[in-house]
Amino acid sequence: MAIMGREYHHAHHFPSARAEADAAKLGMWTFLATEVLMFSGLFMAYTAYRSTHAEMFKAAHQLLDWRLGGLNTLVLILSSLTMALGVRSAQQNKREQSAFYLVVTLLCAGAFLVVKYFEYTHKIHLGLLPGGYYTYNGPEFAGIDSPHIFFGIYFLLTGLHGFHVLFGMIAITWILLRTTRGDFSSKYYTPVELVGLYWHLVDLIWIYLFPLLYLVG
Amino acid sequence: MTQYSPKSAQGDRPASPSFYKAARGIGSWLYTLDHKRIGIMYLVFVLAAFLLGGVFALLVRTELLTPGKTIVDANTYNRLFTLHGVVMVFLVIIPSIPASLGNLILPLQLGAKDVAFPRLNLASFYIYLIGACFALYSLVNGAVDTGWTFYTPYSNTTDTSVISMVLAAFILGFSSIFTGLNFIATTHSLRAPGMTFFRMPLFVWALYATSVIQILATPVLAITLLLLLAERVLKVGIFDPAMGGDAVLFQHFFWFYSHPAVYIMIVPGFGVVSELITTFSRKPIFGYRAIAMSSIGIAIIGFLVWGHHMFTAGQSEIAGMIFSFLTFLVAIPTAIKVLNWTATMYRGSIVLRTPMWYAIGFLYLFTVGGLTGMYLATAGTDVHLHDTYFVVAHFHFVMMGGTMFAFLGGLHYWWPKITGRMYNETLGSFACLVAFIGFNMTFLTQFVLGAQGMPRRYYNYLDQFQPLHAFSSVGSYVLGLGFLLSAVCLLGTLFKKSDAPDNPWEGTTLEWQTASPPPLENFHDQPAVNAGPYDR
Repeated sequence: MAIMGREYHHAHHFPSARAEADAAKLGMWTFLATEVLMFSGLFMAYTAYRSTHAEMFKAAHQLLDWRLGGLNTLVLILSSLTMALGVRSAQQNKREQSAFYLVVTLLCAGAFLVVKYFEYTHKIHLGLLPGGYYTYNGPEFAGIDSPHIFFGIYFLLTGLHGFHVLFGMIAITWILLRTTRGDFSSKYYTPVELVGLYWHLVDLIWIYLFPLLYLVG
Repeated sequence: MTQYSPKSAQGDRPASPSFYKAARGIGSWLYTLDHKRIGIMYLVFVLAAFLLGGVFALLVRTELLTPGKTIVDANTYNRLFTLHGVVMVFLVIIPSIPASLGNLILPLQLGAKDVAFPRLNLASFYIYLIGACFALYSLVNGAVDTGWTFYTPYSNTTDTSVISMVLAAFILGFSSIFTGLNFIATTHSLRAPGMTFFRMPLFVWALYATSVIQILATPVLAITLLLLLAERVLKVGIFDPAMGGDAVLFQHFFWFYSHPAVYIMIVPGFGVVSELITTFSRKPIFGYRAIAMSSIGIAIIGFLVWGHHMFTAGQSEIAGMIFSFLTFLVAIPTAIKVLNWTATMYRGSIVLRTPMWYAIGFLYLFTVGGLTGMYLATAGTDVHLHDTYFVVAHFHFVMMGGTMFAFLGGLHYWWPKITGRMYNETLGSFACLVAFIGFNMTFLTQFVLGAQGMPRRYYNYLDQFQPLHAFSSVGSYVLGLGFLLSAVCLLGTLFKKSDAPDNPWEGTTLEWQTASPPPLENFHDQPAVNAGPYDR
C-alpha cells in the first residue's frame, strides 16, 4: 500500500525518527504530570474544606444536577473512545477515518461545553456563585455554614477543567487540519498521539470531578 | 578521558565557523532555535534583572542606615523589599543557572546538537520576557507591598498592583516548567553514544534533579497564584477568614511550591561547583555517585519539609515535630556533597583561578548558610528566630552566597567557551574577594541582629541596632562594588579579540573538546564516550 501523506524527515539533532517520537512522548507525559499537579492543588483545597465542612458539602451538592453531570461524563467517555480510534486510524494510514473520528471527538467536546453552559447559567440565575457574589438563600442551607465555599471550589475546578476542554478543542482542530492536509502517515503521527494523550487526561480529570462534586452525599 | 578528539576527528577539513558567525542580523537572534543563542539571551536578561534587583537591595540597605526615615517613606520601603524579593527570586535566581548556563552547557556536556525541543526552548524564553513585562508593569503601576510571599489576607486587601505581579510569577512559572521539561527530555534522549547515566557530568545530574523539582512543584505554585487571583477577582474567599476561609491554607499551598523552589535555586549551583572543584583540583571528583544521588535525594526530601516555614503559624505540635525531623534529613545529602567536594580538593593539584575562588567562597558561605538552617529547622529555636534577620541572613547565605557565587563561578568558568575570550585573571579574582568580604560584612551582621531580636521587613528599629545595621549597609556597598568589578572584568573582554583556547582549564567534560566558541552544531562529528566524565 502506498504511504499517504508527505514524506517526513525528523529534526537533525535526533539520531532517528524513533528517538524523536520517544522524546516527544516523554515530554508530553512530563507535561501531563504538571497538569495533574496543578489540579491537585484544587483537589487539596476541596479535601481540606470537605473535611471541615462535611455537612455543608452534602447540602450544597444537592443543588448540582447529577443527571447533567452524568450526561457530560458519558459524552466525555465517548469522546475518549473516538480520540483513541482517531489515533489508531492515523497509525494505520487511514486518513479519512482518522479525520472522521477527530470530528466526532470535537462534537463531543462541544456538547460537553454546551451542557456546562446551561448548568452555569442556572447557577448564576440562582445566585449560587463564588464567595463575595453568592446570593442564594434557599431552605437547603438552613443552619448550614458558608455554602459559598463549595461553589467557589465548584467554579474553580469545573472552570479550570473547562479551559482545558477548550484548549483541547483547539489542539484537536489543529491536528484535524493537519490530517486533512495529509501531514500524517503510519511513519509519522506523533502530534495526533500527543493530543490524544492530552485529551485522555482531560477526560480522566472530569471522571474524578463528577463524583467529587455531584455525588458527594 | 573521553574518546572524542576534535583534531583527529576533523582531519584536514576546514573548521566550521562559530555559532555567532553562522548567521547574522537581529532576526538570527529573535527567531533562533540554537540553544546557545537562547542561553545567551537568557543570560543578558537575567543579568539585567540582577542589576535591577541589586539596586532595590541597595536602596533597602540605604534606608536602613538610620532608624526612621533615611531616604524613603515606609510605604515605599515596603514596596522596595517586595520588589527586591520578587525580582531576585522569580527573574534572577530561578532562571539564572538552569536557563542561561544550563541552556548553553547542557547539550554540550551531553554531546548533543541541541536540546530536545528547540522551539519550546525559544517559547520558554519569550514566556519569560512576557512575565518580566508583567512584573515591570506592576513596578511602574504602584508596585507591590506584600513581600515576595504574597501572604493572605493582606495580599487580598492591599490596593497595590498585586494582580499583575501575581500574573507575572504565574507566567514565569510556565517558562520554568518548559525549561525543566526540555532538559528532562534532552537528558533522556540526546546523550552521546556511550554516555550512560553514570557517565554524565554532575552539572547534568544537578540540572536533571532541578528539572524534576520544577516539573513537580511549579504547577502547584501556578494553582496557588490562580487561587490568589480568584480571591481578588472573584472573591472566592477560601483564604479569607472573614468569609469562612483559612489564611494558613495559603501558606501551605505557597510553601509546598516555594520550599522545593529553594532547591530549584540551589541544586544547579551544586552542579556548577562540582564541575569547578574537580577541574581546578586536577583530580576526578570524589564520590561521583554519592553526589549524583544526593541531588535526587534533596529533590525528594525537599517536597516533605514545607511545614518548617509555619512553626509559628499554629500547626499542631506533632506536625511541627515531623516537619522539623524531615528538615534535618535534608542535611544528610547536603553534607554528602560538601564533604565530597572537600575530599576532592584533598591532595589535588589545586589551581587557584577565579572560578575556583568562587567555588571556595561557595563552600564556606553555603556551609554557614546550611548550618544556620539547622537552627531554624529546630522548632524550639525557630520560635525565637522566626521572622527575624537571622532568617534573612540564612536565606541570603544560601541563595546569594550559594547560588549566586556558584552562578558567577560558572559564568567565569564557561565565559571563554561562550564568548571565546579570556578575562583578566587578577581583576576577576580581586572582584571575587571584594564580593566575598562585602557579603560577609552584610550578612554575618544580620545573624547577630536577628539573634538579638530585630524583626525582618521592619522600616524602623530601636537605636541599639543602629551600629550593626549601618555596618551591614556598608557591607552591601562593598558587595555591590565586587559585582561591579566582575561585570567590568567580564564585559571588558567583549571589546577585545577572540583569544580563548578550546580548553583553557584542562577540563575533561565534552564541552571543552570542541571549539571556543562552538560551531552551530556544537561538534564536528558526533562525540562518543567510553569513560567517566572526570577520568583523566
